[in-house]
Amino acid sequence: MFTTLLIEQLLNGLQLGVMLFLMAAGLTLIFGVMGLINLAHGSLYMIGAFACATVAAATGSFWIGLIASLAAAAGVGAIIEVAVIRRLYDRDHLDQVLATFALILILSEGARWLFGSFPLYLDIPPQLQGAVALPGGGQYQLYRLAIIGVGVAVAAGLYLLISRTRLGMRIRAGESDREMIGALGVDIGTLYTVVFALGAALAGLAGALVGALQSVQVGMGEPVLILAFVVIVIGGIGSIKGALVGAVIVGVVDTMGRFLLPSLLALTMPASQATTIGAALASMLIYVVMALILAFRPSGLFSAQS
Amino acid sequence: MSRETAVNLLLALLLLGAPLMAAGMGEPFYVTLATRVVVLALAAVGLNLALGLGGLLSFGHAAFFGLGGYVAGILATHAFNAEPLFADIPGTTSMPLIWITAVAVAGLVALPIGAISLRTSGVYFIMITLAFAQMIYYFAISWPAYGGEDGLSLSMRNAFPGVNTAKPLPYFLICYAALMAMLVLFHRVEGSRFGSALQAARQNGTRLAAVGIAPFNIRLVAFAVSAMITGFAGALYADLNRFVGPSMLSWHMSGELIVLIILGGKGRLFGPVAGAMIFVFFEYVLGGITERWQFFLGLILLGIVLFARGGLLGLLSGKPRHV
Repeated sequence: MFTTLLIEQLLNGLQLGVMLFLMAAGLTLIFGVMGLINLAHGSLYMIGAFACATVAAATGSFWIGLIASLAAAAGVGAIIEVAVIRRLYDRDHLDQVLATFALILILSEGARWLFGSFPLYLDIPPQLQGAVALPGGGQYQLYRLAIIGVGVAVAAGLYLLISRTRLGMRIRAGESDREMIGALGVDIGTLYTVVFALGAALAGLAGALVGALQSVQVGMGEPVLILAFVVIVIGGIGSIKGALVGAVIVGVVDTMGRFLLPSLLALTMPASQATTIGAALASMLIYVVMALILAFRPSGLFSAQS
Repeated sequence: MSRETAVNLLLALLLLGAPLMAAGMGEPFYVTLATRVVVLALAAVGLNLALGLGGLLSFGHAAFFGLGGYVAGILATHAFNAEPLFADIPGTTSMPLIWITAVAVAGLVALPIGAISLRTSGVYFIMITLAFAQMIYYFAISWPAYGGEDGLSLSMRNAFPGVNTAKPLPYFLICYAALMAMLVLFHRVEGSRFGSALQAARQNGTRLAAVGIAPFNIRLVAFAVSAMITGFAGALYADLNRFVGPSMLSWHMSGELIVLIILGGKGRLFGPVAGAMIFVFFEYVLGGITERWQFFLGLILLGIVLFARGGLLGLLSGKPRHV
């Protein structure tokens, strides 16, 4: 019984980790190539979820919604990049933080304007409804397994994109020397727009996938954004590999902490007290892990800049 | 007298005169609005010490603001319910005692957070301070003893010896005096040896180390002092609203504090004051016109960041302070 529960929670942790990876990969790519800290990344996640929910409701197909979410997030990302972000690459982090904070205000309030304050709901596609039997007798939601599969596929795809294609070569070159690749005749403005739109699309994908598990509402991107920050700080800013490892660490630690801490504390104190204290401590756990990792490796596990 | 000093004096007089007039005309609402300006300005004065002088872009100052608020809320609640806080230490409704506790708590929490965060710099520092603030935010939400998600209401404003704090004007004057005192402190720090070292640490940490001053220690002290001032403001804010909740700890609050400083002018003595005046003005005027005022605030903010660097004081008093 306990083992089944444990496996289930581990899978939940992995699923959270995969979601965080989709967010963190875009953030870390944007930072690595353009040196930009993008607080509005959570808004792109929200846009993906809203696009998927709206289009799926209109067409009746989750899959068309999913494509719409990629297109909407990438499109809005590209527009933002051309209109605003482009002017921030040479600025200091303070200006970047402020401008992208302003973008959050605009996008969140704009979404509330368009869609209202009530949450939208998105159904799990019929092909992925139901559960799979786990070894040991438990059941696990097929959709969550599919999300893990998507995450693994995206990680592999990103790896191939960056290490095997011409675009990937330019991205890597942009990370190591921006001016030089500009001097070699690569259109750096377009490259930046493409990278930003790619990161935005990944965030939009994450939003759409999670949208079917939770309600789709304004502000849904912000908690995920902050977890994604923790992920890339742990993994090392600019490193996709670091984002993957960091995301799995954060996802699993957070989920297992919430699952195990209350039961562990129950060994030493009354059950009701253990539940509240355990929940409070579990919500802080990943930050403690982050602090510990930084105490030993101030620039993260796989820093791209060291 | 430089142009900036003249502008500063004007702002100080304006901030004092407007609520006095409003009180004279029997408009207590505007006195409360002015108190909000003063308290937010005070919180931003704290952040300005780290951000403006030290170049430490803390995205987690809401943590200290909220801690100060919770200190006020928790002490007052215990006093009200006549429950001891620990063993036989009772709660209190005395503002001076609450302030001292709030400042001490903010400083004590800031030291470990600063010690870990300051090992890093740049984007890492921004994200780590943000993450620590979120940690405290989630703790406040999931800890049910003091209201959890709902926050804590104070049944009445805490007491200050010899002043009727329940009335808007006397409470405004207390907050105004606190702001002025902290502005004097900021000015003294800026001109002191410590302040010079802090600004040198911002401009070039390696050179500062080369002349024999460790930038880390300077920054850590600045971070803690900055947190203490913001914590003080948090205690005043709790009393102003007679409420403290997790929203004081949220990252929106941290963002708003940075926005205040940038609106007014980073690193300038009265930058936070000017910023808070503009911010509350926008909030009030735009909020009166449209429910979607944050949308327009975002647009204005974006415009300022992209096209009008230096803030209001930069506009009014010309020359940039920092190159």
